[in-house]
Amino acid sequence: MPAIMEILISAFLILGGVFGLVGSFGLVKLRDTMQRLHGPTKATTLGIGCALIASMLYFFSTGGAVSFHELLITLFLFLTAPIAANFIAKTYIIRNIDRSELPASSREYGWSVYDDSPALRREE
Amino acid sequence: MISIALMFAFACFGLGLLFCLWRITVGPDVSDRILALDTMVINLIALLVLYGIWKGTAVYFEASMLVAMVGFVSTVAYCRFVLRGDIIE
Repeated sequence: MPAIMEILISAFLILGGVFGLVGSFGLVKLRDTMQRLHGPTKATTLGIGCALIASMLYFFSTGGAVSFHELLITLFLFLTAPIAANFIAKTYIIRNIDRSELPASSREYGWSVYDDSPALRREE
Repeated sequence: MISIALMFAFACFGLGLLFCLWRITVGPDVSDRILALDTMVINLIALLVLYGIWKGTAVYFEASMLVAMVGFVSTVAYCRFVLRGDIIE
């Protein structure tokens, strides 16, 4: 393996480890649930992206072929992390924030966290 | 050099798993626990990928793909259960 490849893989591995550690440490350190959402959803996703790039480079330099499994995993994680974060934020809102604390939605029905959409209501 | 970097990354993600475990134990709200479980799944995928590099096999990519899918579905199902009292309406 050429030395430049080895340095590149090691750099990506260390970067990924640091980002993953920072994201998980944010889960412990930050004060509020809404603040705590930031650490795992951004830093940890970036960390695993770095680890997957390192793995891709490693298998490219040992086997010679580019494997697309890593790209598939990265794409899946980058697509699903915001959706999961949105769901967790909604869970927090419905359990801890009262309906009257939110501003009005300026539509004929309220926020979707508390109220069903009109399409669902018509079925009943 | 790669093996030292690999050990460092293993240590980082393992420590991350411990932090998540602490948040699951202490976490004042259910949403904290769901978030910590989601982060645990991501750390576990990273550990699987690093183990694949260490052993030099590509077998663990399928496993990490499956873990990623199951983790996302379980996070969404848990949140839906708390939100609506039902998973599939």
